[in-house]
Amino acid sequence: MSGGQNIEVLDLSQSSLRDVNALLQGDAKPTGAFFKVINPRGAHALACGLDSEIEVEVEGHTGYYCAGMNKLARVVIKGNAGQGVAENMMSGEVRVTGDVSQSAGATAHGGLLVVEGNAAARCGISLKGGDIVVKGNVGHMSMFMAQAGTLVVLGDAGDALGDSLYEAQIYVRGSADNLGADCVEKEMREEHREKLQALLDKADCGEVAVSEFKRYGSARALYHFKPDNVDAY
Amino acid sequence: MDDMNWSLRESHSFDRNTIAEIRRAAQTGLYRIRGFGAKRQVPTLDDLVFLGASMSRYPLEGYREKCDTSVTLGARYASKPIQLKIPITIAGMSFGSLSANAKEALGRGASELGTSTTTGDGGMTPEERGHSSQLVYQYLPSRYGMNPDDLRKADAIEIVVGQGAKPGGGGMLLGQKITERVAEMRTLPEGIDQRSACRHPDWTGPDDLAIKILELREITKWEKPIYIKCGAARPYYDTALAVKAGADVVVMDGMQGGTAATQDVFIEHVGLPTLAAIPLAVQALKDLDMHRKVQLIVGGGIRSGADVAKALALGADAVSIGTSALIALGDNDPAFEEDYKKLGTRAGFWEDYQDGSDPAGITTQNPELASRLDPVKAGRRLANYLRVLTLETQTLARANGKSHVHNMEPEDLAALSVEAAAMAGVPLAGTSWIPGQS
Ligand SMILES: Cc1cc2nc3c(=O)[nH]c(=O)nc-3n(C[C@H](O)[C@H](O)[C@H](O)COP(=O)(O)O)c2cc1C
Repeated sequence: MSGGQNIEVLDLSQSSLRDVNALLQGDAKPTGAFFKVINPRGAHALACGLDSEIEVEVEGHTGYYCAGMNKLARVVIKGNAGQGVAENMMSGEVRVTGDVSQSAGATAHGGLLVVEGNAAARCGISLKGGDIVVKGNVGHMSMFMAQAGTLVVLGDAGDALGDSLYEAQIYVRGSADNLGADCVEKEMREEHREKLQALLDKADCGEVAVSEFKRYGSARALYHFKPDNVDAY
Repeated sequence: MDDMNWSLRESHSFDRNTIAEIRRAAQTGLYRIRGFGAKRQVPTLDDLVFLGASMSRYPLEGYREKCDTSVTLGARYASKPIQLKIPITIAGMSFGSLSANAKEALGRGASELGTSTTTGDGGMTPEERGHSSQLVYQYLPSRYGMNPDDLRKADAIEIVVGQGAKPGGGGMLLGQKITERVAEMRTLPEGIDQRSACRHPDWTGPDDLAIKILELREITKWEKPIYIKCGAARPYYDTALAVKAGADVVVMDGMQGGTAATQDVFIEHVGLPTLAAIPLAVQALKDLDMHRKVQLIVGGGIRSGADVAKALALGADAVSIGTSALIALGDNDPAFEEDYKKLGTRAGFWEDYQDGSDPAGITTQNPELASRLDPVKAGRRLANYLRVLTLETQTLARANGKSHVHNMEPEDLAALSVEAAAMAGVPLAGTSWIPGQS
């Protein structure tokens, strides 16, 4: 957050969701304009559809789809976030200091989602280009059918990681014992180490060594319908 | 077959189609994937007739007395509802399954008649947005190309839960059609056999869906009508739950509905026929006191003004067409008979929309084939076809004495078979018997 700037406080116990979102979404704002949302009390669809370079800090827990379809904005949730946080994000950054529920970052095309705690099932499902860094563990079916983009997990990954993966990349520091269909461990080359390091830096991961991670990706065996693949379907 | 031996007897169980399919299966080891819709016979709207006017009902003058065809969709919650001049919309068909020219032609034809077109499982193209005066943007499980800017450019949003050809099935697009442009729009490697998800990635069930709808409305400032499209699986409950989840419009697609690529077994064996689906969906709306407040669009096998009029009389607010619109553009045109023959088929039988080799240039991404379809001329043919559907619908409405197409009602209908009477909930012709009701 840029110092010296006016902070506009939006109180969800006083204003309606529509009014708060309308204000955040509204026409051109000065770059870096800073908003603080208080009393979110688990509100759904908060700070969704933002499309300018503003900063929003949410003081408390949010419900489903917080920062959904985010563009350009930086949204920090000081608390836990419900299902589908930052779903279909296009650009910008979403950071959650606590844990997140299912489908975090689902279908995101761009931007960075950082989860300081754990993420539940289907984290990064159908990812289309965004980057996700989870400092804790991720639940089962994470990165299911993910097409592009990157998931970095500092903890462990749940069952069926990367099932039916396309060109997306996964880095896990802890255990990933149960990989989904067509997901395989891959060699870490220099370009991967660089990319991973850059993401760890962006997510402020501190003293975490790139060498502790393994890389997973698609074996590309399910890219074409073949009788030999029938077991996998 | 001129030299047919009259003592040869084809098996009903193992007819030539069945034998050919068993042989194909034995050779390839994979199920058949094809386009088009169900080809088997099911009870249809053809099994209903209008009673017309007589002593107790007055008809309207064909060319003098107005028969209104306008429809408003989405006034339940949207601040900018859709206004259609005719009760016939163009169903969602993806760029990818269709060529860019075909999408443009659909937009041109629909816009000429004041009705809407719909994107599909591949995002919104500028051609399509540019040529469609009213464009419905599909929100699908795959979310290919999904982005907030296109969402805001749309005139309405259609959340796809399912489609008639494959309720519960995900999308497919085979490698031949995943060209560079299609691959880029879907963020996929070129040339792969694409399968798209059958469930949405970030919600399951109507309670989640209600919150998803809240999000979409918040992102689009509560301006756009939100439709929910379902394949006809359990139309009564699906409609009721769609209303509960907050839909402005319910789209109910019967099993005859067309597809770009689906397993044949899915196309032919899953879902209820359109005829059976309409009364169930209408009943759900009536039970919730939402009939005409939440609009019902019905699709799946709509071919003529008679189909349109009967669907409306059963309680739909509008219909949507896919296959018949493609045929109007030029699909299965006998002018390409030689090409169809080379593909081992004939004009009138072509169903390989998945293959990318469409002689008419509609369901293809091959530039040479696609250039065969002139979007201006094809758009004009679609406009003509929509005109005929509308005129026919009006003719039937006037014959029943109705000054608005929405005034037609089940009471104007009789059924020609016991099955149709039971499904449509109208009396068997010549009786007052509605099987299961009276
Ligand atoms: C070539 C083609 C592509 C289609 N693509 C989609 C799609 O992307 N999304 C969808 O919801 N339905 C899709 N459908 C189904 C139509 O939206 C609609 O449900 C169906 O065509 C209606 O039945 P009809 O073809 O008998 O008119 C497609 C249908 C066809 C023929």
